[in-house]
Amino acid sequence: MSAKKKIKTGGIWKKIVGNQMFIPVLAILILVIVNLIKDPSFFVVTMGLNNDGFPVLSGSLISILDNGSELAILAIGMTLVTAASGGQDISVGATIAVAGSAMLRVLCGDNPRPTATQAPVILAFLVACLVGMLCGAFNGALVSAFKIQPMVATLILFTAGRSIAAWINNNELPIVPDPKFAWFAGCIPGIPIPTSVFIAAACIVAIMLVLKFTNLGLYTQAVGINENSSRLNGINPTFIKFLSFVILGLCVAVAALIKVSRISTINYSVIAKDIEMDAILAVALGGNALSGGKFNMWASILGAYIIQFLTTTLYRFKVDSEARPAYKAVVVILLVVSSAPVVRNYFSQLTKRFTSAKKEVA
Amino acid sequence: MKKKVLAMLLASAMVLGLAACGEGGAASTDTASAPAQTEASGDLIKVGIINNDPNESGYRTANDKDLKAMFNEANGYDAKFAYSMKNDEQISAAQGFITDGVDYLLLSAADTAGWDSVLQDAQKNGVKVILFDRTIDADPSLYEASIVSDMAKEGQTAVDWLAGQGLSEYNVIHIQGHMGSAAQQGRSGALDAKVAAEANWNIVAQQTADWNAENAQQIVQSVIDAKTPFNVIYAENDDMAKGAVAALDAAGISHGVGKDVIVMGFDCNKWALEELLKQNWNYDGQCNPFQASYISDIIKTLESGGSVSEKTIIMDEKGFDASTITQADVDNYGI
Repeated sequence: MSAKKKIKTGGIWKKIVGNQMFIPVLAILILVIVNLIKDPSFFVVTMGLNNDGFPVLSGSLISILDNGSELAILAIGMTLVTAASGGQDISVGATIAVAGSAMLRVLCGDNPRPTATQAPVILAFLVACLVGMLCGAFNGALVSAFKIQPMVATLILFTAGRSIAAWINNNELPIVPDPKFAWFAGCIPGIPIPTSVFIAAACIVAIMLVLKFTNLGLYTQAVGINENSSRLNGINPTFIKFLSFVILGLCVAVAALIKVSRISTINYSVIAKDIEMDAILAVALGGNALSGGKFNMWASILGAYIIQFLTTTLYRFKVDSEARPAYKAVVVILLVVSSAPVVRNYFSQLTKRFTSAKKEVA
Repeated sequence: MKKKVLAMLLASAMVLGLAACGEGGAASTDTASAPAQTEASGDLIKVGIINNDPNESGYRTANDKDLKAMFNEANGYDAKFAYSMKNDEQISAAQGFITDGVDYLLLSAADTAGWDSVLQDAQKNGVKVILFDRTIDADPSLYEASIVSDMAKEGQTAVDWLAGQGLSEYNVIHIQGHMGSAAQQGRSGALDAKVAAEANWNIVAQQTADWNAENAQQIVQSVIDAKTPFNVIYAENDDMAKGAVAALDAAGISHGVGKDVIVMGFDCNKWALEELLKQNWNYDGQCNPFQASYISDIIKTLESGGSVSEKTIIMDEKGFDASTITQADVDNYGI
C-alpha cells in the first residue's frame, strides 16, 4: 500500500519536473522571492493620476506587463519560425524599424512635422502589417524555397533593414502630432491599464485559438521534426515554413505599433535594438528546442515576461550600468542550461532511476 | 507552384528594393557643381569633402546640409562630396580627390587609424587637409587644422547651468548614452565630478539607455515605482529625455520650468528645443554640427597667405535655458 503511494508521488514529481513549464515557472517564482526579500514594495500596485488627469495603475508589476508586451508578441512568431525551420529570424529588430517607418510615412505623409495626421491610424497600421508580412515573406521565401539557413537568410534584412527604414521617410524623423496615437502604448483615458497589455493579450488569445482550432501547430511540429515524412503525409513543408515567417512578420507589425506609439516618433538606428536576441532567448527560456520540432507556446510567452521581469528587477536593484549585461548573462545561462531538453532528459532519467530503486527496496 | 512563383516575385521585389537602397549607402561621389567643371573657372577653390553617411543621425544630416550650404559655387567653391561609413572606402575616395587635384581635402574620418600614407600623398601633391567633427591618429603636421566638439565641455556647461538653479538638494536620475562613446564619457564626467564634490548632489539612479528612448522610459519608470524621490533628469541625448518625460507624464509627475522635476537633454533637435519653448523641459545642450563656417574661415586665411594659429579648434557650443529660449533660437540651432 505504502509502496504504491510512493510510486504515485514519484510519478507526480516526475510529471511536474518533466513538464516544460517547470523551469519558466520556477524562474518566475525565484524572481518573485528575491524581490520579496529585497523589497516587498516591488509588488505594490497603486492607483494614481497621470498628467492628463486620468486614473492609471502604477507599480513594477504593471511596468513588467506593459514593457514585456512587444517581446511576448514577438515570441509567438519566433516560436513558430523556430519550430518549423529549426532556425531563428535575427531581422525582427530591423523589420520593426521598417514597419514602424512605413506606419509613420502613412500617418505623416511627406511632411515630417504635420499639424494633423494625414491618414487614419487603422490604415497606417494595415500598411505596416502588409510591410511586416512582406519582410516576413522575403525571409520565408529565402528559407523555404531557396533552402538558405534561416540565420543567414535573415542576416540580409538584419543588415539592410534600418537603412530601408530611413529611406522610406527620406531620413526624416516624423513626429505624430495626434496625442491619441500614444494611446496604443499608454493608457486610453478612463482605462487605468496600459493598452499594450490588452494588445499582447489579444495576440496571445488569437494564437491560442488558431493553435486549438486549426492544424497549424501540428503541421508546424511535423515539419520541424521530420520534413520528409511530413511531406509523405501530405503536408507542404515549404508552405508551412513560409507561413511561419509571414506570421512572424505580422507579429513584428503589431510590436512596431506599440514601439512607435511609445514615443510617437522613431529613431531608425536604436528602435527595438537587440530585441531579436531577447525574442530568441524567450523561446529558449521556454525550454523549446532551438533546432525545431515540438514547441510549447505558453512557455515561450512566459519566457518573454521572465526576461522583462529580470530587466525590471535589475533596474530596480540599480545594478551598475557596466555590470548589468553580466548579471543578465549569468541568469540566462542558468535558465537556458537548466531548461535545455538534454538536461531535462537527464534529470527525468535520474528521477526514474531514483524511484525504481525505491520500488525495489519496497 | 503558384505560391512558389509568388514567393519568388516577392523575393525579387525585395532584392530590387535593397539594390535601390544600396546606391545611397555606397561611397558615391557626386558633383555639387557640374557646370562649373566645364567652365574650369580658375577663381573657384576646389575642395573634396569626405563625410560619413548623412543617414547616420540627425546630427550628421544637419552637418551635411551645413557643408552643402557653404561649399558651393555661390561662395566660390567647386566642391565634391563622398560619403561612406567605412574607412577603406573613405581612403580610396581621398586618393581619388588627390588625383583630381583638389586644393583642399575636408575629412570626417570613420576610423581614427590608417590615414598616414594617404595624407602624406596629399602633402606631396600640395593638397591641404582639414579635419572636421572627428580627429584621427596621425601626425599633426599632416593636416592644417581640426575642428571638433568638446564633449567634456558640453557636460560642464550643463552641470554649471544646473548648479545655477540653486536647488537645496539635487537628486538626479542620470541616463547615460552608449557606454564608452565620446559623448557619453564627456557628458557623464562633469556630472560625476560634481556629485563627488558636493554633499547635496545625489545620484538616484545611473543607468545606460544606449541612446534609446524606450530604455530611458523604463529606467525612470523603475525609479518612480520604487518611490525614490528625485528632482532632476539628466539625459545625455534628446531621445532619452523624451522617453524619461513619457514616464513622468504617465505617473502624473510635473516637469519643466517651475515644476517638480528639471528635465535636461543634449543635441538640440528641433523638436526638443520646441519642448523647451513650451517650458516642458528646462535645458538642452548643443552638440554643434555647423562646422562649415569655421572651415571656410580657415581656407580664406590660408588662401590669403596667413597661417592658422591654433591647430585644434573647439567650436562654441551653447546650452539653452527654457526660460530664455526664443523662437529664433529654435530656428537657428535646431537640427
